[in-house]
Amino acid sequence: MLHLSLAVASTRPTWPDVLVFAASAAVIIVGALGVVGSSNPVHAALSLVMTLFGVAVLFIEQEADFLAAVQIIVYAGAIVVLFLFVIMFLGVDRREDTNIEPLTGQRPLAFVMVAITLGGVIAMLATSHWVTGAHQVVGPIQGPITKATGAPSGEVAQLGKNLFTTYLFAFEATAALLVIAVVGAVVLARRPAISERDDAPDAAHALSSPAQSVSPAQSVSQPQSVSPAQSASESEAVAGSEAVAGSASEQGVPR
Amino acid sequence: MSLSAGWYLGLAALLFSIGAVGLLVRRNVLIMFMCIELMLNAANLTFVTFARVLNDIGGQALVFFVLVVAAAEVVVGLGIVVTNFRRRSTTVADDLHSLKG
Repeated sequence: MLHLSLAVASTRPTWPDVLVFAASAAVIIVGALGVVGSSNPVHAALSLVMTLFGVAVLFIEQEADFLAAVQIIVYAGAIVVLFLFVIMFLGVDRREDTNIEPLTGQRPLAFVMVAITLGGVIAMLATSHWVTGAHQVVGPIQGPITKATGAPSGEVAQLGKNLFTTYLFAFEATAALLVIAVVGAVVLARRPAISERDDAPDAAHALSSPAQSVSPAQSVSQPQSVSPAQSASESEAVAGSEAVAGSASEQGVPR
Repeated sequence: MSLSAGWYLGLAALLFSIGAVGLLVRRNVLIMFMCIELMLNAANLTFVTFARVLNDIGGQALVFFVLVVAAAEVVVGLGIVVTNFRRRSTTVADDLHSLKG
């Protein structure tokens, strides 16, 4: 169907590969249609889980084992749970009438525009040479041969090495981003009554308040306020690295 | 050896299109967020495909960052949804017309 002329020669795929791709493609498409089509937000969230699992299988199929694990843990385990939590919390799990079209002609227009975009992308995929620059800018997926095992180090080791060398600055920036996101979520989720009391300098107010999202802010801000001997940047780095290291497992906690 | 990259890229394009249609058509803010997640996943699939085809770990590193940004975006976005729901008791995007002239 699609001829992608890339310089890397690919051998013929075996039938398990074809089977895995076909099955996960079906799962992905059905899940995506479920997200778009279901009128109940809970069903949409569960369909989203389906799609995410399919994508994770395709990650494994393409030698991205670590990303597949992160995909399951972060997306299916944290983000979708967060979605479900908000849906249940707000009580908006009743059905939405999808037949009402408030903007006349918007719906067919959306379909036409997206069909044009998809057609363009597929046509570009089928006809053009995608890769014009150098291959392998950052590093190979399989690392050098290690002495311990006699086999090349896998993509997990390579990914870790590159995250902490080539992408070190971006990695630190994601730490700051996560901390800012946590603080922003806490600020947004506060009730107005508590934010009025915010003027009081006493931290005991915040601790005794009934809002469930106060404790992450405490755990983030405490190292800075409790230990003045520690320099501010150092404690910030500690908090940031904690946020990133725990990003896989703690995504559900701060909200 | 898995299938050629064209199949994966085509699937990613299709997934992105479904997400885009959902984002344009649906009016529930929560479902619009989920459609954004679909589009991000399509981009991730493209990244991983090119990482495999070009034998470059950089594509996978970028997927890692996309995951982090997606998580942060969902946190702040859902915080805004919750805050807005407290004020207006709705998650339908069409009901948010306070700034309409």
